[in-house]
Amino acid sequence: MANREPSKADVLQGTLDLMVLQTLDTMGPQHGYAIAARLEQVSSGALRLNMGTLYPGLMRLEQRGLVKGSWGTTDTNRKARFYTLTAAGRRELAREKQAWDRMTTIMQALLRGDA
Amino acid sequence: MRTLREWLHRLVGSLRGRNDADLREELRLHMELAAEDSQRRGEPTRTARLHTGGAAQAMDALRDQRGWPWLQSVLADVGFAWRQLNKHRTATGAAILSLGLAVGATTAAFRLVNAVLWRTLPVADADRLFTLAWDEVSAQGEREYRDEFDYSTFRRYSQVAARQAELMVVGMTGRSQIIDFDTAGESERATRQYVSGNVFPVFGFQPALGRLLTQTDDVTPGGHPVAVISHHYWTRRFARDPSVLGRTFRLGRTSFEIVGVAPRGFTGTEPGRMTDVFIPATMNVEALDRPGWSWFRIWMQPRRGVSTEQVRLTLQAEFIREHQERIKKFPADAPKERIAAYLSEQLLLEPAGAGASSPQRNLRRPLLILSALVVLVLLVACANVANLLAAQAVARTREMALRVSIGAGRWRLIQLVLVESLLLAVGASAAGALFAWWAAPFVVSLVDLGEPLELVLDTDWRTIAFGVALTVTVTVLFGLAPAIRASSIQPLGGLKERVDGYAHRRVARTLVAAQMTFCVFVLFVAGLFVTTFSNLAGRSLGFEYEHVLLVDAQTTPGRDMNETWTGLMDRLRGTADIESVSFAQWVPLSQNRWTSTVRVPGQPNLQNPSLFLAVGPGFFKAMQVGMVAGRDLTPSDTAPRVTTDKQLVPGVGIVNEAFARVLFGGDNPIGKRVTVSPGNPPMEIIGMVRDSTYYNVREPMRPTVYVPWESKDGGTLIVRTKGDPLAAIPAVRAELSRARTDFRALQVSPYSTMVKRQMVLERLLAILSIFFATVALLLASIGLYGVLNYAVIQRRREIGVRMALGARAVDVIRGVTAEMMSPVGIGTLIGLGAGLAFGGLIERILFEVKPTDPLTITVPLLTLAAAAALAALPPSIRAARIDPAQTLRSE
Repeated sequence: MANREPSKADVLQGTLDLMVLQTLDTMGPQHGYAIAARLEQVSSGALRLNMGTLYPGLMRLEQRGLVKGSWGTTDTNRKARFYTLTAAGRRELAREKQAWDRMTTIMQALLRGDA
Repeated sequence: MRTLREWLHRLVGSLRGRNDADLREELRLHMELAAEDSQRRGEPTRTARLHTGGAAQAMDALRDQRGWPWLQSVLADVGFAWRQLNKHRTATGAAILSLGLAVGATTAAFRLVNAVLWRTLPVADADRLFTLAWDEVSAQGEREYRDEFDYSTFRRYSQVAARQAELMVVGMTGRSQIIDFDTAGESERATRQYVSGNVFPVFGFQPALGRLLTQTDDVTPGGHPVAVISHHYWTRRFARDPSVLGRTFRLGRTSFEIVGVAPRGFTGTEPGRMTDVFIPATMNVEALDRPGWSWFRIWMQPRRGVSTEQVRLTLQAEFIREHQERIKKFPADAPKERIAAYLSEQLLLEPAGAGASSPQRNLRRPLLILSALVVLVLLVACANVANLLAAQAVARTREMALRVSIGAGRWRLIQLVLVESLLLAVGASAAGALFAWWAAPFVVSLVDLGEPLELVLDTDWRTIAFGVALTVTVTVLFGLAPAIRASSIQPLGGLKERVDGYAHRRVARTLVAAQMTFCVFVLFVAGLFVTTFSNLAGRSLGFEYEHVLLVDAQTTPGRDMNETWTGLMDRLRGTADIESVSFAQWVPLSQNRWTSTVRVPGQPNLQNPSLFLAVGPGFFKAMQVGMVAGRDLTPSDTAPRVTTDKQLVPGVGIVNEAFARVLFGGDNPIGKRVTVSPGNPPMEIIGMVRDSTYYNVREPMRPTVYVPWESKDGGTLIVRTKGDPLAAIPAVRAELSRARTDFRALQVSPYSTMVKRQMVLERLLAILSIFFATVALLLASIGLYGVLNYAVIQRRREIGVRMALGARAVDVIRGVTAEMMSPVGIGTLIGLGAGLAFGGLIERILFEVKPTDPLTITVPLLTLAAAAALAALPPSIRAARIDPAQTLRSE
C-alpha cells in the first residue's frame, strides 16, 4: 500500500480521517451526527457529509484503532454511539497535521511563486 | 501495520462485526437529529434526507467496510452454487461420479507406483545406496542385466574396496520357508533374508526391541545362530509381545535365537516382498564356498568423501582383472569376438534407495506407461465434466445476461462459475479419496499368487499432495472455459432471444472426439498388456508344473543319504495319487542359478557359461520334460568333479537341445566327451532332452547340463500327483514323517505357486489395464450419452416439427446421432494411430505381441463401437418417442 498512487477516494478518505480526528480532539467524545454538524458549521456549509461517507469512515478509524466507539446517552437522553480519540489516534493526528502542513507550505510556495 | 489491523478487523468483521441492527440504530439517531435540525431551520423535510443520504445506501457502505466484500461475495456464490447443483441432481451426480472415479483411479495408481518404484526405503542416506550389477553378454550376443553374486566374489570385492565403501550382502528374499517355533507345534511360514553384519549399521537403524545384527554376528560360517525379526512380522505373528526375545526357532536344520526386532516401517529391501526374519549371511554355510552359486545382491554405500564413480572404478578394475584371468584359461583358438564381447562387460552401479528387486526393475517402464494411461482416463473424465458444465452454462445464458445487466462485471461471473466448479471438485475429491483408499489394496488383492503380494501402500504427504494438485488442476481445466464463455455474454442478446441451446455444439463435438481418442488408446494399450500377460502365462516352459508338489527337505549329512532319499522316494511312489517322484538340487524358477563353462575338446572354445543343475534319476519323467535321445541317469552315475586332492573324477551328464545347437552345431551330442570347469574333469554326454526354462519365465532357453546329484544333504523332492497337488499334501507329509526322524521337510507347496510368483507384476499390469480400460469406456459412454441426450432435449421442438411433417423415427434418430458420428470416427482413428505408434515404442516390454496384429486392432474398435451404440440408444429412443403434438403445443 505504501507505493501506490493515492486515488481520489483515498485522498478523500485521508482528508476525512484528519477532519474527524481533529474534531474529536477539539471537542472530545462525540456521536456521528455531532461530528457532521460541527464540520458543516466550520466549513460554513460547504462540507456536508452524508451517512454513507461518514459512518464507514468512522468504522474504518475504529478498525484501525484510532478511535473507540461505545454506546452512551446524549444530553437529550437519547441512545447514541460516541467516538473517542485513542492515544494512537492522537499520535496519528499529530502526524497527519504535520504532513498536511508540510504539503500546504510547499503548495503555497509553488503556487504563489508562479503567480 | 495499521492497514493490517484494518484487514484483520475486516476478516473478523465478516463473521463477528457489529451487526446490522446495531448499525441501523446509529443511523436512525443521525436521521432523527438531522430531521429536527432541518425543521428548526424551517427547511422542507426532504432536504434533510438529501443531506444525510439514504439509510439503505449507508448500510451498504457500512457492510462493505465491516466485512470483506470479496469473501462475502464468494460465500454468497457458494450458497447459490449449492442450490443450483441440487436442482440438477443427475447432471451433478454424473459429473461428481465421473470425476471422482477418475481422480480416485489416478490416485490409486499413484499409490501403487509409489509403493513399487518410488517409495524410498526408510534407511539413512538412501540416496547413497547402490546395488552392483553387470551387463553380461550371453551366448547369443544379447546383453543381460545380472545382479546376483556368489560369496567368493563378495569377499574379493570387499577387500578391494574396503577403504572406499561398505559392501553388503543383501540376500534375495526367496519364497517363504517353513519355520518352527516349537518342535511339537504346527509349522508356519516365514520369509528369510540373509544380510551381512554391516547392513543394519549402514542403514542406521535403531532396534524396536533388543538388538540388531552387527559385524560380530557375521564372522564364522555357521557360528552365529541369531536372528532379527521384522516389525511387521512381530506385529503379525507375536502381537508385539516383548517376550519374543530369546525365543528360538528352527529354520532348515539350524536353531536360531531371536535377538531383536527391526524398526517399524522397514519391511526388507525388495518392494513386493516383505521379509520376516533376517539372518547373518555366514549362516548360509553351504553356499559360502561354492563359486558360481549366486544367492544375493551386493549393496554398496560409498564412504564419506568418496564419490560413487571412484568406487565403481575400483570395483570395475577388479571385475576386469577377474575377466582377464578367465580369458587366460580360454583356449588359443577362441574367437576374437567372443573375447572382445566378454571383456566389454561393465560393472554397473544402480541406485537402490527405493529398494532393489527384479520385479521392480522389470516393471519400471510398464508401470510408468500404466500411469500415463491413467492420466488419459482422467482426461476423458474431465472432458465429460467439461461437456456437462458447458451445456449447463449455455442453459444459464439468460441468467448470466440478467446479472450482467444489473452490473456484474466479467470477473464476477467467472467467479460465480468457478465457485460452482470448485464445489463439484470438492465433491469429486471426496468421492475420489474414498475410491483411492479402497481401490489400491483391492487391486493388489486381485493378484493371485498363492501368497499375498505385499506392498507398503502409505498415504503419505506425496499422495495427498498429488490428490490436491490433481483436483486443483482439474478444476481449472474444466471450470475455466465455460466460465469465460459465460462471462462474455452480451446482455441484450441474451435477454432477448430464446437461447438455441446447442450453440456449444462445436465444443461438444471436439470433446467427444477427444474422449474417443483417449478411450481407444487406452483400450488398445490395455489389449497389448493383457495379451502380453496371457502369452507369458501360457508360454510353454518346457516342463509341466500344474500337478507337481515340491518338497524342500534336508537331512543331516554323514549317513548314507542315498538310501534315505531313494527309500523315501520308493515309499512315495507307492502312495496312491502319486504318479512319479524325483529330486533335484533345486527346481527351475526357484531363483537359484548355477553356471559353469563347458569345453569341447578340439573345438574353438566360445567360453559360454552353460546352466547346470544337479538332478536325480527320474527327474525328466517327473517334470515331464521330453527325452530326445540317449538315456536317463541311474543311481550309479557320477557327476564330473575334482576331489579335494586334485583328482579328476569323470562323470556323465545330460544336455538339452540348446546345448547341442550351440556347442555342437546341432549334431547329436550323445557319447561325446567334454570337460567342465572348475578343474576340467571329463564328462560324457549320455542323453539329450528338450529345452526348458531355468531361471525366469521371460528368458529364452539356454544350454543346460543336468548332472547326477551327489551331496544330497538338502534339496527338493519333485512329486507329480495324479490329481490336485494340494489334496496330496497330507499324504506326502505323513510319508515324510514316517521316514527317518532327521529328515526334515521344510516346505511342501505346489509348483504352480512358485511359477505364478514369477509373473506377479505382469498379472497386476494386465488387471490394472483392464480396470482402467473399463473405466475409460464407461466414462466415454457416459459422455456420449450426456451429449446426445442433451442434444435431443434441446432440439425437441425441431424434431417435433419434423415428425409432424412426416419424418420417420429412423430419420429422426439418424439426424440426432449423425452429428456425433464424425467426432466418434475421427477420435477413434486418431486414438488407433496413437496406439499403434505407442505400441511400436513399447514393443520391448511386451512379450510376443505385435501392435499391428489384426486382433489387437479390431477388438478395441469393436468394443468401442458397441459401447458407443449402447450409449446412443436411450437418447435415440427418447428422440423417436417425441410426440410432435405435445412439443408444438408447449412452445
